Amino acid sequence: MIIGHDIVRVDGRAKVTGVARYVDDVRPDGCLYAATVRSTIAHGRILGIDLDPAFDWTDVTVATAADIPGENVVALMTDDQPVLADGIVRHVSEPVALVAAPTRDKALAAVAHVVVRYAPLEPLFDPEVSEGNAHRIFGDDNLFSRIDIRHGDADAAMAAAERDGALVIEATYRTGLQEQLYIEPQGMIAEPRADGGMTFFGSMQCPYYIVKALGRVLGHDRLNVVQAATGGGFGGKEEYPSMVAAHAAVLAVKTGRPVKLIYRRDEDLRATTKRHPAIMRYRTAVDRATGKLLAARVHLLFDGGAYNTLSPVVLSRGVIHAMGPYACPHVWVDGRMVATHTPPNGAFRGFGAPQVMFAAERHMDRIARALGLDPLAVRQANLYRDGDVTPTGQRLVDVGAGEVVRRALAAAEAPLPAFAGTHRPGGGGEAARRRAGRGLAIAWHGCGFTGNGEAAIEGKADVALEGDRVVVYSASTDIGQGTDTIFPSIVAQVLGIAVDRVRNAPHDTDLVPDSGPTVASRTAMVVGGVVKQGAEKLREALRAEVGGGPDEPFDALVARRKSSEPLRVRAQYQDQGAIWDRATYQGEAYPTFGWSCVIVDLEVDLDTGEVLYRRLVQATDVGRALNPTLCSGQLEGGVLQALGYATSEEVVLDAQHGMRNDRLTNYIIPTALDAPEMITEMVEIPFAHGPFGAKGIGEIPHDVPAAAAAQAIEQATGVSLDLLPMTPERVLAALMGDA
Amino acid sequence: MKIDFDLNGTPVSVDAPPMARLLDVLREDLRATGSKEGCGEGECGACTVLIEGRAVNACLVPVIQVSGQRVLTVEGLSRDEVLHPVQVAFLEHGGTQCGICTPGFLVAAAELLAKNPTPTRIEVREALAGNLCRCTGYQKIVDAVAAALSGAAEAPGDADLDRASRTC
Ligand code: FES
Ligand code: FES
Repeated sequence: MIIGHDIVRVDGRAKVTGVARYVDDVRPDGCLYAATVRSTIAHGRILGIDLDPAFDWTDVTVATAADIPGENVVALMTDDQPVLADGIVRHVSEPVALVAAPTRDKALAAVAHVVVRYAPLEPLFDPEVSEGNAHRIFGDDNLFSRIDIRHGDADAAMAAAERDGALVIEATYRTGLQEQLYIEPQGMIAEPRADGGMTFFGSMQCPYYIVKALGRVLGHDRLNVVQAATGGGFGGKEEYPSMVAAHAAVLAVKTGRPVKLIYRRDEDLRATTKRHPAIMRYRTAVDRATGKLLAARVHLLFDGGAYNTLSPVVLSRGVIHAMGPYACPHVWVDGRMVATHTPPNGAFRGFGAPQVMFAAERHMDRIARALGLDPLAVRQANLYRDGDVTPTGQRLVDVGAGEVVRRALAAAEAPLPAFAGTHRPGGGGEAARRRAGRGLAIAWHGCGFTGNGEAAIEGKADVALEGDRVVVYSASTDIGQGTDTIFPSIVAQVLGIAVDRVRNAPHDTDLVPDSGPTVASRTAMVVGGVVKQGAEKLREALRAEVGGGPDEPFDALVARRKSSEPLRVRAQYQDQGAIWDRATYQGEAYPTFGWSCVIVDLEVDLDTGEVLYRRLVQATDVGRALNPTLCSGQLEGGVLQALGYATSEEVVLDAQHGMRNDRLTNYIIPTALDAPEMITEMVEIPFAHGPFGAKGIGEIPHDVPAAAAAQAIEQATGVSLDLLPMTPERVLAALMGDA
Repeated sequence: MKIDFDLNGTPVSVDAPPMARLLDVLREDLRATGSKEGCGEGECGACTVLIEGRAVNACLVPVIQVSGQRVLTVEGLSRDEVLHPVQVAFLEHGGTQCGICTPGFLVAAAELLAKNPTPTRIEVREALAGNLCRCTGYQKIVDAVAAALSGAAEAPGDADLDRASRTC
């Protein structure tokens, strides 16, 4: 057996010996180093771009929008974002010009001597006044997208419930920006090919996004994109690498040389996309005795920043998940994604779900508080069960909500571990100044693309017999989550051969078909399913070639084969006929849902407001753990990223809405000492269409740890916070206000 | 300026400005790219190397400072295809995901191994608090280091690393 067992990751040895090749580890002959000139203001007209005559420009190449061989657009959902600002800048740190030089130091020095003259314009920063504002940023109403869900008649039901004595509870919840903070910054090499084309090698999640975007920038499609070993993505390397590739390409075309562009950390923090901030207003009518939801009106406002990127997809997931895993007969959700003169926000693990589930879970706590009920009891009164209908009208089957709660509660009975926090200043002897609390929160998360997204994408993968080895060709990258181990494991299991005889081909678009992007918790579940089909097809093709019975082992077929030519088959996603109406947002939003319950134990330092995590238990429905170590590794990494979101990761904006704390010294992600000990229960409620029952697991761990932390802080101190991040300053301010 | 030092047991000689960052000399001049750059300012630990057995951030060290000294990077942890126990433990326990932080963690863990063969989990966390990982949540890294340390008695003999590590 391979599936369900801990196959050691195939790229592990290269990674522990330091030989894995990340983009910055590669230096083509004659390579130039690039750097980016960025706007210093949020909004304004570009009057001119001047080169400081005192600087030595002899071996420096400078490029502006005029040097773009094709179109000045980073093609994605809409064509609003330019490769280089042309005439006008719409956010601080927007790329305006590029330089290339023989050394990195020279390139960085040159950037400082490119002088951009602006006529500043008044920026619009406040998302609450963006919609319909006469000051236009996008389209004719500043809305990147607007999605309303109408399930039942929420207004009428709310009024009726109120008349009948139900309690109406209303509150506003806010979440802030969050940086993905992959440890490897963005980077790309563009290298001219002998045929006049271009090869891209870099850090990325989605090679075919770059193919599509760069065809437009170059004005031709003689290009291929190769994924380097990639040092983390979390969504941050979903769409942004197209921008990095475009910049490297413009310089490579102009100089005829390979060009390497690696972001410095501060640049990466200031310039690249982040999680969308959200303002979320919830108004619900609840039964006074049980806390059962009777009707809900939800208003979601997300700040998309200056360009669209993938914002409509973020809003989509936000509105669909807005109620959390709770049934309610009448739900109206109004969702708005607005434009502001802020650096664009984009893909980040969870795609809108972590924002709304913080709000939904905090709202559950508010209901419990108002009614004097136990927060878990209120949740359990509303938790989805089989046959319940979601706000999009989807009837749920195989609901795992109850099971993950049971499993998490059971696991949380284990004694608490020794506490690293006692070793901290203020710990130990002064432990009296600490208050302990426990919080619980529950998540649901739709796996894969929304609606019939998968059918539209038609993800493809090839499986080939080459000699006595099998090679999987897919564009699904390994960004740490283990694709290069999981796909070979699936194939080896199907064919009954050793996993070390199967490998993923390099993720090079010259070699692999478009499997769809590596996003949305879809790689193992959706593309893995395509790969499994491919393995089955390969066995059939081989049997057709050499004859033999259906039960004959694959290796017996291989042994009979005369030809030494590779035998390659293609598999494609099979439409499962999801019924989905994009116009009304009604139908089967996702092929299946994952479920998760998180229980966090923490202590609050009453003097500093600091939150110290002691233990985090999660029980998460994974469908089937294809490789338990890789699977739990994803779950553990996800919850810690969410605890950072909860209490330490704050993006502080300057007057131009640039990230002021653009360093790892002041944008604080958790260390090993900040991280709790974890108990990770993988609950297996199989999904019939996932390979061996697997579901998507990449995003769900980010959904509710912040809400669990908020409940734990409330339990510890009596202080209730409705905004993220709950920094020490905010916790302290709340404690003082309370006292 | 010509600077000589010992890199992973091999004498090396580079011609570099004395204030050049050790990390750049390793990665660019010596093409030893195992040590990574995550921040360039001493915060992430991806560039961790041992100088005379002591873990330092190579992005903060001017190369002149290692003149005549022994430097150990991730490339020097394994010898002749035999992995260091910490490397084996990272593979077995899932201590590496995207892997960009891994070289720094391994080197930091190797230092801990030499200093304290029986640390508690909290001591492991303290020893690794200068290294950032965004993928793992640290759970499996701590598991791996704890396992490697408990098996340390059977570690394949690596006199150079032992000596280098004990100097501190
Ligand atoms: S690169 Fe040296 S500590 Fe981050
Ligand atoms: S494994 Fe990716 S940062 Fe640690």
